[in-house]
Amino acid sequence: MTEKINHSVLLDVDKCKGCTYCLKRCPTEAIRIRNGHAVIRAERCIDCGECIRVCPHQAKTADFDRLEDFKDYKWKIALPAPALYGQFDRLDDLDYVVSGLLECGFDDVFEVARAAEIVSECTREYLKRDDIPKPVISSACPSVVRLISVRFPYLLDNVLPILPPVEVAARMAKEEAMKKHPELKEEDICALFISPCPAKVSYVRNPLGTEKSKVDGVLAIRDIYFKLVSAMNKIQFPESDSKTGRIGVSWAGTGGESSALLNDKYLAADGIENVIKVLDEIEKENFAGLEFIELNSCNGGCVGGALNVENPYIARARLHIMRRYLPVTKTKSENSDTDSLLWDAEVEYNPVLKLDSDRAEAMRKMQKIQTITKCFPQIDCGSCGAPTCAALAEDIVRGEAHEDDCIIEMRRQIHSIYDHLGKIVHETYNPPEDKE
Amino acid sequence: MSTPLKLHYDVNGEDFTSAGNASVQAKKALRQLGYDPDIIRRVAIAMYEGEINMVIHADGGDADIIVYPDYIEIVLADKGPGIPDVSKAMQEGFSTAPDNIRSLGFGAGMGLPNMKKHTDDMKIDTVIGEGTTITMRVNT
Repeated sequence: MTEKINHSVLLDVDKCKGCTYCLKRCPTEAIRIRNGHAVIRAERCIDCGECIRVCPHQAKTADFDRLEDFKDYKWKIALPAPALYGQFDRLDDLDYVVSGLLECGFDDVFEVARAAEIVSECTREYLKRDDIPKPVISSACPSVVRLISVRFPYLLDNVLPILPPVEVAARMAKEEAMKKHPELKEEDICALFISPCPAKVSYVRNPLGTEKSKVDGVLAIRDIYFKLVSAMNKIQFPESDSKTGRIGVSWAGTGGESSALLNDKYLAADGIENVIKVLDEIEKENFAGLEFIELNSCNGGCVGGALNVENPYIARARLHIMRRYLPVTKTKSENSDTDSLLWDAEVEYNPVLKLDSDRAEAMRKMQKIQTITKCFPQIDCGSCGAPTCAALAEDIVRGEAHEDDCIIEMRRQIHSIYDHLGKIVHETYNPPEDKE
Repeated sequence: MSTPLKLHYDVNGEDFTSAGNASVQAKKALRQLGYDPDIIRRVAIAMYEGEINMVIHADGGDADIIVYPDYIEIVLADKGPGIPDVSKAMQEGFSTAPDNIRSLGFGAGMGLPNMKKHTDDMKIDTVIGEGTTITMRVNT
């Protein structure tokens, strides 16, 4: 039985052993173990995919679409992620990937890397403005933006208000298709992202920075990989050109987006735990003089996404070789109308971590949490179903757990009851001698 | 004897982000002429490296591909600052590229050595303050 829990992460309840791997690794403490299996709190999940990666029982999988689901559309456009290019051994010409996708049943291909080059161009322009808070934080990774919206509200103004490459790609691809084929209406066309990560699945369902995403579906790189490889192997002379330059390809790995800014005052970090540490530092204003902060939830950047086939570091090494003789960019925004790429909806602070909407009540709860936490052994074992002793105390105050859930505390109580009972038994059979 | 085919490309030095596109155009043209993929690769790499150099150091210039019956000549001419010490510039790892493009993978100091490696002959004419012309030949 597969139960859909929320977002893009699916849990197979039969496979879940209720162990603590995902519980301990979730960066927003969104997971609890209840009734012997993991439960994700939807409002806290940022779709980073960490739980999918660490589950030793493969009980967690990502929910993604399949090409067959879209057969009713007249015109299907593939939007391959830059990370896709790093998945193939001995590939030295991106034209094969583009042509291979057409063989797989798509009517057209619009490389997300192309859109990324335009996003880079717009970012370079945006950074020239003097009315913006610096450092500017990249908004391309939806997990990072969601993380900021729940944990770092003071940094929301620093987030780059430019649509992510996948969204720009979907918009441009649809416009281009309608121009080339005037007989097509927008509802005839579907734009399908070939994604390295589950976070993009949820991005499409709950977009950031826009009301409705123009991406119609998200396919997994690993789901389409084998079909694509065999299609590519059959191609002798690729008939379609890749329109991706060095900058577009580089976006697949950490540092790529930054390097495209042609400005060395940047920091690039990856891995969700490192991302949190960097955000903590920025919040403390510890980064004087930096213009741009690139943050990617996955190790290595998008090549590290849970839906890839290849090891992230191998993929990145391949991309470095592949980009060697590519032009810096192949795509430019035609009318320099960069405003159309700006966010048209705000990303707001999502105070899911707040204890109570009433400040005084929140303070009372905080005090209670501190008191309860002190009673626990502070070993953060996770056996109670919460990731830490403090998290259990918070759950208790929120009315979602009980002191008895702590097995160490329960054992202590059992021991004390046992001792107490022992004493009573002892006293019953060995009554104290009458002093009289 | 018929006049050799000449393909001309402007290398725009004002916009670094379009650097490398002339060699993509040249590669397409050579493909249409039916050259062996290895020949095309060598010409494209030599031209690519030269083109990047012209954009980084000389505000662009002119790139020409001249197709002779038994060889292809690549002529890259710029009006840049010239190369003060050619033998030093030919050393692997020597680079004067600015820092802001290094994270894109440029500035490894392999440009000129790579051009020499991929061509059968290479000649550098450079005058300080006036410019540099590099002529390379790939035998077909």
